[in-house]
Amino acid sequence: METVNKAVVTVLGTDTTGIIARVSAVLLKHDANILDISQTVLSGMFTMVMIVDLRNSVFADLADDLNRAGTEMGLQIRIQRSEIFDAMHRI
Amino acid sequence: MINTSEILQTIHMIEAEKLDIRTITMGISLYECADPDPARMAVKIYDRITKQAENLVKTGEALEREYGIPIVNKRISVTPVSLVAAACGEPLRAAGAMDDAARETGVNFIGGYSALVQKGMTASDRRLIDSLPEALSTTERVCASVNVASTRAGIDMDAVRLCGEAVKKIAEATKDTDASGCMKLVVFANAVEDNPFMAGAFHGPGEGDCCINVGISGPGVVKRALEREAKGAPFDQVAETIKRTAFKITRVGQLIAREASDRLGVPFGIVDLSLAPTPAMGDSVAHILEEMGLEVCGCAGTTAALALLNDAVKKGGIMASGHVGGLSGAFIPVSEDIGMINAAARGALHIEKLEAMTCVCSVGLDMIAVPGDTPASTIAAIIADEAAIGMINGKTTAVRLIPAPGKKVGDEVEFGGLFGRAPIMSVSPYSAEQFIARGGRIPAPLQSLRN
Repeated sequence: METVNKAVVTVLGTDTTGIIARVSAVLLKHDANILDISQTVLSGMFTMVMIVDLRNSVFADLADDLNRAGTEMGLQIRIQRSEIFDAMHRI
Repeated sequence: MINTSEILQTIHMIEAEKLDIRTITMGISLYECADPDPARMAVKIYDRITKQAENLVKTGEALEREYGIPIVNKRISVTPVSLVAAACGEPLRAAGAMDDAARETGVNFIGGYSALVQKGMTASDRRLIDSLPEALSTTERVCASVNVASTRAGIDMDAVRLCGEAVKKIAEATKDTDASGCMKLVVFANAVEDNPFMAGAFHGPGEGDCCINVGISGPGVVKRALEREAKGAPFDQVAETIKRTAFKITRVGQLIAREASDRLGVPFGIVDLSLAPTPAMGDSVAHILEEMGLEVCGCAGTTAALALLNDAVKKGGIMASGHVGGLSGAFIPVSEDIGMINAAARGALHIEKLEAMTCVCSVGLDMIAVPGDTPASTIAAIIADEAAIGMINGKTTAVRLIPAPGKKVGDEVEFGGLFGRAPIMSVSPYSAEQFIARGGRIPAPLQSLRN
């Protein structure tokens, strides 16, 4: 299946410098390729959605590192396999 | 490609609106465990369950983590024990083995301490029903059910009487915890063989070797969708909104069910399209009904609102899943729904109205606390009433009553966790003793002339 190795990383929280750099560094460390990225700041609330390719990554290890980065920066960072979004929003 | 707002909507449904997968339930056949020697049967049951479900909890946790959706319960259902223990005649040994296996595999409940007696009872069925007080007071995780009626067979009134007595004895045996044992017994009419929800789950005699059934949830998601998209709108729009929401919820259930089935190497059974409430704020079926314009759940209009909800959930969910089954519909367990608890505490919701609601919803009189001095015959008669509704309407109904010893109307029982709390509801003080004493069978109803 086309989407089988994809995951969605969402980052929500107060905007500060270096968020994208930090998240990207974690992804790089785990060899996760960024396929798409969108980012907005709404009334100071930073919202970033990344689609990443995990074919060379170990999901659980990446998730742990993203969690740690989120805690350190005071942000909510989630990673979820992309099928859940496809299932819910596409027939 | 999925867009940002859809991604954020999914996350919002999970985080703020409490969308979750209520249970992944592994159904396991225990036919092969029958043995004339009770000790050998117990060993076979323990080995069979712990081997088959070895990775169930671990897999459920991995799915939760990878898909970012809570899977609240991982559970096991087994072949009705009255069938498995018929050869040795000691069902209690099976209960002990089930409890140990549940602890070993890490599941919080295991269902299937059951007997199917809608047409009559075997010696093994009777032994199982007689053993219910001991089984449910001496084990921690074992859940029991008895099917006493069906549309095809009628109502077995002897079994109804025995179940009424069993409920009282279980209450007495677990009186230190406000009759908590009664939460683990469901008395059914038209029980389904693939229900993933406790306490009534069992792996039916017509099921295969092993399968994965998934129960979804999400009353909070439906309520918020109605607030957003159908505020004050005609019912057509209410129904459409519920259908669209149910579709999305069910798709997630289907995804998790498929994934769990692949990873565990076990066939996918069904997705149960249910709205199962919890006592948490924002996770209430009663609040959906109130969102439709009822001042409080239980007032006039409640049955109609519930009928619409129940039907729309099924219509929305059915296309989202390859196999739909189980109980599929809206659950109305009083103690597990903050809106129902509040309605009952205000005196707006009575057992008679709940009985009417069970004509149009998923199951039956569920998690209702009644006075501790309610006679066994009254409990049996309530079971008979509920079974009659199921039998005539060709649907599943069930009774899970808790006659809390020493408690009376105005008191409350607290069960904790997902089981919540329940104000004691009044039941008719008039006697059904002679009605229940008759025994025998109520014949199966006509399937034509349906008025």
